[in-house]
Amino acid sequence: MDAFILQILNGLDKGSAYALIALGLTLIFGTLGVVNFAHGALFMIGAFCAVSLSKLLQLSYVTIDETQKDFLGNPLKVETPYVESWFGPEVGAAIIDWSVPLSILLAIPVMILVGLIMERGLIKHFYKREHADQILVTFGLAIVLQEIVKYYFGANPIQTPPPDALLGVSNLGAWFGFELPYPNWRIVYFCFSALVIAGVFAFLQFTTFGMVVRAGMADRETVGLLGIDIDKRFTIMFAIAACVAGLAGVMYAPINPPNYHMGMDFLVLSFVVVVVGGMGSLPGAVLAGFMLGILESFASTTWATTTLPGINQIIIYLVAIIVLLTRPRGLMGRKGVMEE
Amino acid sequence: MLGLNKNDLTLLLVVAVLTLFAPFILNPFPADSAMAQFNAGYPDLMQRFIIFGIFAIGFNILFGLTGYLSFGHAAFLGVGSYAAVWMFKLLSYNVVPAIGLAIIMAGLFSVLIGYVSLRRSGIYFSILTLAFAQMSFALAYSVLSNPKFNLTNGETGLQVYKNDPQIFHGEGMQDFPHFFGIYMNSTHTMNVGAWSFDFNAGYYLCAIIMIAVFYLSIRIFRSPFGMMLRAIKSNQTRMSYTGLNPRPHTLAAFVISGMYAGLAGGLMAAMDPLAGAERMQWTASGEVVLMTILGGTGTLIGPVLGAGFIKYFENIFSKINDNILHQWFAFLPDGIEDFVVFIIHPFIGKGWHLTLGIMFMLVVIFLPGGLVEGGQRIGKWIKSRGKSDDKTATTEPAE
Repeated sequence: MDAFILQILNGLDKGSAYALIALGLTLIFGTLGVVNFAHGALFMIGAFCAVSLSKLLQLSYVTIDETQKDFLGNPLKVETPYVESWFGPEVGAAIIDWSVPLSILLAIPVMILVGLIMERGLIKHFYKREHADQILVTFGLAIVLQEIVKYYFGANPIQTPPPDALLGVSNLGAWFGFELPYPNWRIVYFCFSALVIAGVFAFLQFTTFGMVVRAGMADRETVGLLGIDIDKRFTIMFAIAACVAGLAGVMYAPINPPNYHMGMDFLVLSFVVVVVGGMGSLPGAVLAGFMLGILESFASTTWATTTLPGINQIIIYLVAIIVLLTRPRGLMGRKGVMEE
Repeated sequence: MLGLNKNDLTLLLVVAVLTLFAPFILNPFPADSAMAQFNAGYPDLMQRFIIFGIFAIGFNILFGLTGYLSFGHAAFLGVGSYAAVWMFKLLSYNVVPAIGLAIIMAGLFSVLIGYVSLRRSGIYFSILTLAFAQMSFALAYSVLSNPKFNLTNGETGLQVYKNDPQIFHGEGMQDFPHFFGIYMNSTHTMNVGAWSFDFNAGYYLCAIIMIAVFYLSIRIFRSPFGMMLRAIKSNQTRMSYTGLNPRPHTLAAFVISGMYAGLAGGLMAAMDPLAGAERMQWTASGEVVLMTILGGTGTLIGPVLGAGFIKYFENIFSKINDNILHQWFAFLPDGIEDFVVFIIHPFIGKGWHLTLGIMFMLVVIFLPGGLVEGGQRIGKWIKSRGKSDDKTATTEPAE
């Protein structure tokens, strides 16, 4: 029983990342009708927001402490981060410790800016062109973004630890009377993504802006004829989708040390998730994200890998193939989306 | 001649001459001059030009004609490589059975994948092929290399060992792939004055095969079958209304292009008897997409140009370093020189992929017909400069 729950929990954190990226992809696809192969790169940029902020906060100046000597007998060099000298040692240390959650504040404006530039600068010109062209140009953009990040941050994964308070493992099973150790940060990640997903849905469901966007997704032309500048709203939706991917990346940094190709790795899987969930269906994307995450974690158990070796590596693709062939529209796909 | 019209025949002859004389053409600089680093006429690189050219020609038969964008073609290349190395392991180092099996295996594999993937079109097709390719990669990398059933040798890559059967391996034969006794790595170096030209047996084998498959692709492009494939691209619904079933034609195109990829994989193994799973990864599939688009989709010569272009600049750009840049810009004042080098630095050496990505984006945005369309536009511009009153010039899609 506890092993069963543990596998579900293990699947949840990866599933959350899939769900968030797939949600953003679906938002972009549903509003602008663009297949965004650069979405994984946005996820990666988010993760590198966390990396840069934590590096930035750790910038230090060196003072020479005459009273202390190091083991060679020279005066000891003390590195003091600037934040510690500005806010006092205790607050400063806390800020550095909480750099990953703080990066959310940095990531939101950065991602919105990146999203706006991307949409206005590039993707705008590709509405009228074939899906193949959209795939190709965003694929090119993904390569460019990835190489830029590689140039500045190097090719190796960069460790970005979560705050000390959330570092440990807690026993989730204590309430039910069995052992179930689970890393704290993963709980945070799951709660955070649930919050973001709920936020996006609430925004679309309960605000006038969201209502107009939903109307535009259903029938863009009519909404335009009603005198509403739907293009502008869709641009904002693109920025929001970029933001969702970026936030997913920020919070994922402590789970998986960011490297420049993490975007591509997640992109392929997220596309599979979108297709399984049904192209253009937001609930479908979220559902499929969590489902495939959990399925992957079940396939990674020793029992599964001994009965069917390698199943953990191919399960998602296998499911995608089966779903596409039996339910061409995916789990919750709407009629008439992406069908010629 | 050969069932081709005059234009196509000229094209074929030009390609044949260029490939056969490539050792001269690609080595325009004397061997010990400062410019020698831009020589591309060494066997290893020339072989890659040709092999990726074949791969891209095959990909173009699918994408250029039918418009189906496959993101999983590298899987067939990988299958071809594995099949070829297995032939080396079991029979002998002769390349003929190896390449034969590579083509057959890739063909079978693509029938399987194509049959399933082609049930969907558009983006769904791209993602299905991507999923299949990633699956094959994962299988080749881990599962199929367990001790009981070692088909791919996992991370190390499949290679020929001393204790392999090799039942037809002759007594005095060397341990390297050969074509009935002509070793693939045997190179004849010709020195003419300061220049030196390498003639490599493996290169010429690849070159002759490429000319043959290029001829085949011209025939496919000009055949009624090719016409049918274009119909699939332009309007599938109308095609089925006229009573034709598009699917068998698309499948045939898919299998043909899969076999081209298998041939490329087989040749790759023949030039260097080793096969690794990373050849199947989707980034490798992305590379052939880049080549085809960069050169010109749907054109005959485009993919070959694109493959050559990418492989050439990959080699050259990654060799340039800061010292070379400083030499080039030495004529500038010091401050400006450093600044120029600083600006260019991210784009060279290891940053070559950045340059490639930017170039690729520019091509997709401004030049959907690739280098071929660029060439045509320049040609037209020169022509229209000659007679300025020609106002009826229309842009035609690159064919």
